[in-house]
Amino acid sequence: MSPDPVKVRIPSPLRSYTGQASVVEASGATVDDVLRDLDRQFPGLRFRVVDEQNQLRKHMKVWVNEDACRDLTTPVGDGDEVTLMQALSGG
Amino acid sequence: MTRLLVGTRKGLWTIDADDDGRQTWRVSEPHFFGQIVQHAVAKDGTILVAASTGHLGPTVFRSTDDGGSWTEAASPPAFVTGDRLGRALKTVFWLTASHEAGVWYAGGASPQGLFRSDDDGVTWSPVDGWNDHPMWETWCEWPEENTPDGSMLHSVIVDPRDAQHLYLSLSGGGTFESTDGGRDWAPLNQGVSADFFPDPFPEFGQDPHTVRMHPVDNDRLYMQNHCGIYRLDRPEVKWTRIGDNMPRDIGDIGFPIELHPRDPDTAWVFPMDGTEVWPRTSIDGRPCAFVTRDGGTTWTKQSNGLPTRAWFTVKRQAMTTDAGDPVGVYFGTTSGEVWASADEGESWSCITAHLPEIYSVECSWA
Repeated sequence: MSPDPVKVRIPSPLRSYTGQASVVEASGATVDDVLRDLDRQFPGLRFRVVDEQNQLRKHMKVWVNEDACRDLTTPVGDGDEVTLMQALSGG
Repeated sequence: MTRLLVGTRKGLWTIDADDDGRQTWRVSEPHFFGQIVQHAVAKDGTILVAASTGHLGPTVFRSTDDGGSWTEAASPPAFVTGDRLGRALKTVFWLTASHEAGVWYAGGASPQGLFRSDDDGVTWSPVDGWNDHPMWETWCEWPEENTPDGSMLHSVIVDPRDAQHLYLSLSGGGTFESTDGGRDWAPLNQGVSADFFPDPFPEFGQDPHTVRMHPVDNDRLYMQNHCGIYRLDRPEVKWTRIGDNMPRDIGDIGFPIELHPRDPDTAWVFPMDGTEVWPRTSIDGRPCAFVTRDGGTTWTKQSNGLPTRAWFTVKRQAMTTDAGDPVGVYFGTTSGEVWASADEGESWSCITAHLPEIYSVECSWA
């Protein structure tokens, strides 16, 4: 049985992909699964977050609930909440 | 109609000439507001835009309705997953439209990758012959970057007579040529100075800022280099430093070099200060273009209408010409102004100001 969808919070720079939705649902057992499911729903979103070598881009942050992670194999379970965030810097 | 595509640090603007001999101009609202637009190029009804936010990944947007609507590339320029060097592209820096239907090239910064689209920018693939060339790590700045804004691949040129004949240039790294559609490459830097190296005339490692092929005389190349202005008439392989003919108090350092659409002997440059710590502003804060009408033998200053004192920089993609008669010449500044001349540089006027820092100005002429 596939896991229940998790809630994913979308930062404003990525909302052009989600029809301006700030919270969407995606399925998967890991952060990587969730990002791939997001890309199926919202084509192009994943590449703005993860580079072609499957590394989180330098200024992108991902939280699973209240834990920051850079490892895309971090597990995601029922009831978890994933937050994508773009660190704001520069001018 | 002349349309300028102005790429800036905070988005893309289009500036259209009214039907009054390019005297009045209409400036659009921003496209991709807040995104870094390194380059925007139009060809045959398609506009491609190289964009990123600085934090999100690089991408290409395309429009087939004059900028009325935009679609992101389904597969933007990127190295292959599992790349032998683990390379990930940070910025799409340069766009070139080939004369072949649907074919475009993109240059990366950085790493200095080359990418190609065969479907008018919808999908992109790495050009393996360049990116995986046995000399790539030697020719390119890798893994260190020595260029202040990142190592760039730019000035991708497709010979209109033979699409297998390509040139590209690296800042830093030099100029390279392929005669087999990009499967193999060779340095083309004889006679070009790299005075920052112990050997000032190495086989590669130079810092070309812009290289242009003349659209009528396809054997003629012009280069504005970190170390001077050069011309090469193929099949010769040794560049001539035509910048030696510039006034001594101006020198021949700059970013752009732009060509007359019909006369192979006419080119424009915008000299900058390359002394001491390289401020890259106009010499003594006195902006001026220079034009040659004899292939670089003599140069004439063109500053009528420009500010007597100003401290902006004109970047390598930020100067262009149109196809008019007389030719229109345009440049954008790091201080957000676009300057235009409808008389081949004889006089200049500011057609808009207060834009963000300008990275590129390209013309589409219809």
